[in-house]
Amino acid sequence: MSVLEIKNLHVNVETDQGTREILRGVDLTIREGEIHAIMGPNGSGKSTLAYTIAGHPKYTVVEGEILLDGENVLEMSVDERARAGMFLAMQYPVEIPGVTVTNFLRTAKTAIDGEAPSIRTWLKDVRGAMTNLKMDSAFAERNVNEGFSGGEKKRNEILQLELLKPKFAVLDETDSGLDVDALKVVSEGVNRAHANTGLGILLITHYTRILRYIKPDFVHVFVAGKIAEQGGPELADRLEEEGYDRYHVAESATQ
Amino acid sequence: MQSTALPTPEQHGIRAHSDGPIVPVQTRSERFRSTDVADFAPITGREHEWKYSPVAAFADLTSGELDGSRVEVEATDATGVSLSWIPRDDARVGRAGTPEERASANAWSSFGEALLVEVAGEEAKTVTVTRSGLGTAPRAAHTVIEAAPFSQALVVLRGIGDARLTENVEVVVGEGANLTVVSLQEWTDESVHLASHFARIGRDAKLKHIVVSLGGKVVRVNPSTHLAEQGADVEALGLYFSDAGQHLEQQVFVHHDAPHTRSRVTYKGALQGEGARSVWIGDVLIGNTATGTDSYEQNRNLVLTDGTRADSVPNLEIETGDIEGAGHASATGRFDDEQLFYLQARGIPEDEARRLVVRGFLAEVVQQIGDAELEERLIRALEAELQGS
Ligand SMILES: Nc1ncnc2c1ncn2[C@@H]1O[C@H](COP(=O)(O)OP(=O)(O)OP(=O)(O)O)[C@@H](O)[C@H]1O
Ligand SMILES: [Mg+2]
Repeated sequence: MSVLEIKNLHVNVETDQGTREILRGVDLTIREGEIHAIMGPNGSGKSTLAYTIAGHPKYTVVEGEILLDGENVLEMSVDERARAGMFLAMQYPVEIPGVTVTNFLRTAKTAIDGEAPSIRTWLKDVRGAMTNLKMDSAFAERNVNEGFSGGEKKRNEILQLELLKPKFAVLDETDSGLDVDALKVVSEGVNRAHANTGLGILLITHYTRILRYIKPDFVHVFVAGKIAEQGGPELADRLEEEGYDRYHVAESATQ
Repeated sequence: MQSTALPTPEQHGIRAHSDGPIVPVQTRSERFRSTDVADFAPITGREHEWKYSPVAAFADLTSGELDGSRVEVEATDATGVSLSWIPRDDARVGRAGTPEERASANAWSSFGEALLVEVAGEEAKTVTVTRSGLGTAPRAAHTVIEAAPFSQALVVLRGIGDARLTENVEVVVGEGANLTVVSLQEWTDESVHLASHFARIGRDAKLKHIVVSLGGKVVRVNPSTHLAEQGADVEALGLYFSDAGQHLEQQVFVHHDAPHTRSRVTYKGALQGEGARSVWIGDVLIGNTATGTDSYEQNRNLVLTDGTRADSVPNLEIETGDIEGAGHASATGRFDDEQLFYLQARGIPEDEARRLVVRGFLAEVVQQIGDAELEERLIRALEAELQGS
């Protein structure tokens, strides 16, 4: 049974105005197969948490730990984390000119598995996954994310999630910028990965809309760099009605 | 435009009948020309054609005495391609162009015999002409590549070993011919190579001209193409990888001088290491007889480390309003750490991620060479450049 543990995580970022503390003691445990939703206002540090888990060099961990099955994730490089089974679907996926989706997927798959996938089954897997996500096969020969619309970029993230089969995935606002149809397609992809591989999911979102399609086991309210409240799916419904105002008061009180 | 940091894209599209004046930096057609070095003033380094170059590093080539004897040449066999040496007063010398600067004129004044590469026959063929063992003393050379009407070939002019060379290469493309010329610079680290290529393209003929500069301390290859007759077409491609302390330069000139001519100029380069430099100047002149011209030029640089400098200067001069299209683009961008993060976040190790991005960037040019073996070899050479950081 795989488990991802985040303990008392404090994270700083260097800005032009000096060092800024963004995460202020995050505690979170995700077990295999669990779906955790993190909801919070703009600027509360949700993406910072996602990037820190993935190992983005801009963020400095000043205190706390991240453990994957007891292994110290913070000591791993970005690519080592991915090979250990971590995945980040980015809020703003990056364009890679000159590198086709096909080439990129094959290179990533080979790196993650430690060996090249067998050509025949791999091509079938890629084609199948693209069809499921309603991606035109022409995308395979396009450069990664280059000229993709917002929705196409998000599908491309989920395509990678389905093909690379990580143990834990952080989905950073995968729902933002999607119309209803795209939201359904992308949610189905996430649910497939969840059902097929027992994926543990940290679903970062701003809105409750995606929670109609992806059912969380736990909901965490993220405010001012830490978890302000947690509960079951019913907490999301309450946020839908009341918004984050309640927490803002608490936030200013602590500052 | 000079850029060392953030992406600085600059795009201009000029179409026929576009309003707004086009003010050329200088009128290229009026530049002084002579085959005699004595007609050129000594170089100060402030001249427009020298201001980006480390002129002190090769004063011997621009004003000193040069060894103009035959250079050692080795060529692969190809049916329909023949090599010979012809005297400097042969009528086949001097048909494609005339020097516009001192290094070129000094070479012209000094060479003894010219190497003539004759291409005939309509079937496709490849010939590789390798020059090696040029030594460390200053030399001059002259080459004439002539494609007979309706002939087809790929000619690779390759330089390896030591060189201190200034040279002229004339390319004469006969009516309806389809010629590819690759100038491949793989000199040793201390070498200096200054070259002017002059191409004259005949009616409905096509030249693909490719400059690949990898090795050498200073390498400056300046191709001028004269689209002299109706329907002439040039695809001018360039690829360079500048390492620490290396200066790689190319001044590309395309002269549209007849109706319905077409040009595409695409130069791409990567820079890596302290003092790595590249210069690209792209002049396009659309003369008043060149109605229906279709022209586009672009230069893209990928900056991999700090301490590099890429100069990129496009110039477009248009003397007729009746054209199909003309435009240029120039951009110098830093290797993007976010790209690196994205690839690594998918499990790809850092060095492989870097290679993937750079290879992708440069592959666009490599893939257009049209010779699988050469493409493969260049990809490997580029990999080696990337490893050697
Ligand atoms: N690299 C950075 N440089 C400077 N400030 C940063 C950086 N990254 C994050 N921040 C700041 O940290 C705070 C948290 O940002 P973060 O992107 O994590 O928020 P978020 O909860 O994901 O917001 P959103 O809902 O808008 O995506 C913000 O105030 C942001 O400006
Ligand atoms: Mg965010």
